[in-house]
Amino acid sequence: MLKQLTLSAAMVLALVASPALAAGKAGKVKDIEFSFEGPFGTYDQMQLQRGLQVYTEVCSACHGLRYVPIRTLADEGGPHLPEDQVRAYAEFYEVWDPALLDGDGDFRPAKPTDNFPQSALSNAPDLSLMAKARAGFHGPYGLGINQFFRGMGGAEYIYSLLTGYTGEEKEEAGAILYENTAFPGGWISMAPPLYGDDVVYADGHDSSLSAVSKDVSAFLMWTAEPKMMARKQAGFTAVLMLTILTVLLYLTNKRIWAPVKNRVKEGSTPAE
Amino acid sequence: MAGIPHDHYEPTTRGEKWLHRRLPIVGLLYDTIMIPTPKNLNWMWIWGIVLTFTLVLQIVTGIVLVMHYIPSVDQAFASVEHIMRDVNGGHMLRYLHQNGASLFFVAVYLHIFRGLYYGSYKEPREVTWIIGILMYVLMMATAFMGYVLPWGQMSFWGATVITGLFGAIPFVGESLQTWLLGGPAVGEYTLTRFFSLHYLLPMILVGLTAVHIWAFHTTGNNNPTGVEVRRESKEVAERDTLPFWPYFVIKDLFALALILAIFFAIVGFMPNYLGHPDNYMEANPLVTPSHIVPEWYFLPFYAILRAFTADVWIVIAADWITGGIIDAKFFGVLAMFGAIIVMALAPWLDTSSIRSGRYRPMFKWWFALFIVNFFVLMWVGAMPAEEPYNTISLIASTYWFAYFLVILPLLGVIEKPLPQPETIEQDFAEHYAPKTGGTKTIVNPAE
Repeated sequence: MLKQLTLSAAMVLALVASPALAAGKAGKVKDIEFSFEGPFGTYDQMQLQRGLQVYTEVCSACHGLRYVPIRTLADEGGPHLPEDQVRAYAEFYEVWDPALLDGDGDFRPAKPTDNFPQSALSNAPDLSLMAKARAGFHGPYGLGINQFFRGMGGAEYIYSLLTGYTGEEKEEAGAILYENTAFPGGWISMAPPLYGDDVVYADGHDSSLSAVSKDVSAFLMWTAEPKMMARKQAGFTAVLMLTILTVLLYLTNKRIWAPVKNRVKEGSTPAE
Repeated sequence: MAGIPHDHYEPTTRGEKWLHRRLPIVGLLYDTIMIPTPKNLNWMWIWGIVLTFTLVLQIVTGIVLVMHYIPSVDQAFASVEHIMRDVNGGHMLRYLHQNGASLFFVAVYLHIFRGLYYGSYKEPREVTWIIGILMYVLMMATAFMGYVLPWGQMSFWGATVITGLFGAIPFVGESLQTWLLGGPAVGEYTLTRFFSLHYLLPMILVGLTAVHIWAFHTTGNNNPTGVEVRRESKEVAERDTLPFWPYFVIKDLFALALILAIFFAIVGFMPNYLGHPDNYMEANPLVTPSHIVPEWYFLPFYAILRAFTADVWIVIAADWITGGIIDAKFFGVLAMFGAIIVMALAPWLDTSSIRSGRYRPMFKWWFALFIVNFFVLMWVGAMPAEEPYNTISLIASTYWFAYFLVILPLLGVIEKPLPQPETIEQDFAEHYAPKTGGTKTIVNPAE
């Protein structure tokens, strides 16, 4: 908790208003293997829980997840935390409730039915949908080939951003900018948020910069697309059923047309 | 109705006779579903069914989405996220609707190309063609307004750019733009009127679909040979045709099932591939995206819009002749709408008496180039407005107009067509000659 406070204080000092999409050259995005890539890819529940820890202890100091209901942390196909843990987790946040104090409004501890709070800083973008909003077409000639064949998307961008700091800084119009190889334009106003060993995982999982960045990128992919596993399941079922239907209709069509096309096998009865 | 002679519905039971005297609806359905259809139709004749299905899909998913969507600048984006996260099956409905638009345009472009290659627009099917183009324009309007509704960055800025086109019209442009937007800029009233029209226009499309089908059921389908069905008698007509049910219904359903399998794979496994990532950021009038791009299906026309910049001689000439009324911006707008108008006029621009491109040796190559050119325009429309893309889009846009205004009129005069088959029956028999001994089956009619 102390670390979080220190970090948030550092970031308040470091951050300045700057639109995320500065014009200029596109950054370099590395291709990372994530468990959720491809038609059969699924979220790694343990990784999402670790990512949640990184988000809570580091990112949430400045950033928010305003579209994500806290209760969805218990969802299957997500971090799948036990209900009592979600309740306890929710109380960690304070939310504004306009109904309290006879309509004057007051802060109260969050309940699982509340959404995550908004960004604490006006210039820290909300992260709910970042993994989809940054799923830019990295492919050559804007064709999205990398996205199509290598499953590259916003999670890769977030990972590349978090690990892309070169250590160079510059001051511009009274603000400190940090060089980042992934950020479009090359200079970002967010100070490096992760250095490695920023969190201590309960299960003793690797907490190097790369591992922590990967975990939080996966978590933010989930916040952006919480129904991914249900969607892929539905897609798989639909494709399977439609393939069977296609085969049946193919055979029906062939049989119906056989007499017209003089394709009736000898000895068989033509379909009428 | 001077259609192809065929059997008509005869009510037999008392109940049927009772209804038929009062409302011959069963007869209408019977005539529609049993319409004699040229038996040599190939696989390019399936897109009409795909389009009809997609229209229904979009309306059904759309009606449910409307139950959860809030058309207000403060809540639109959040309500879409509510659909994606909290509504049962909402994420699938929304992705089906979103990708359904892409399926719609894939099908409509192939449908239009089919018509252009086989001369389906030619006499006596001009009205079918014109209604089809009208439907295509309405589809574009519907898709554009639907894209604004999620109120993402690309929604907002796309709406700003496209409604800005109307502002380029001399004299009335600015008032027209304000009237369209419901205010000086894209805002609350733009969103609510686009929402209203996005609901209305598809209903008009349903009506136009009926008229479109009525029109070509009156003239009969075109077919890959472009040779008309013989109509001397029912017996003769039956040698060229087969009833729509079951032959073409099953064939079309087979194709539809296959296409839907691919469609559901896209919806299930990569639903955002065709969309723009920036639309997952809420609209912000203060932050302009670095690169405003329309959805893929608008790109060819977007390229034509941008192609005629102020340094192109024809734009300079137009500017000078009209005393500045037609400036580069307005010229671009005229070019974009003109690109669709010249396509609508194809029945009168094409001077060849031969319908099917199959028997037009020179046309074939110009048509192939037209298709390639279409994809070049699509690609260049997604590129930033800089060299070499400006030059490429100018050349490609010029070819679009040259194809309709120069090549189609000239080819009819200079081209020597190949011999056409006498009848559809003959064409069909050549493909499916009776086989002796072998039981090899070929399912695809050659094409």
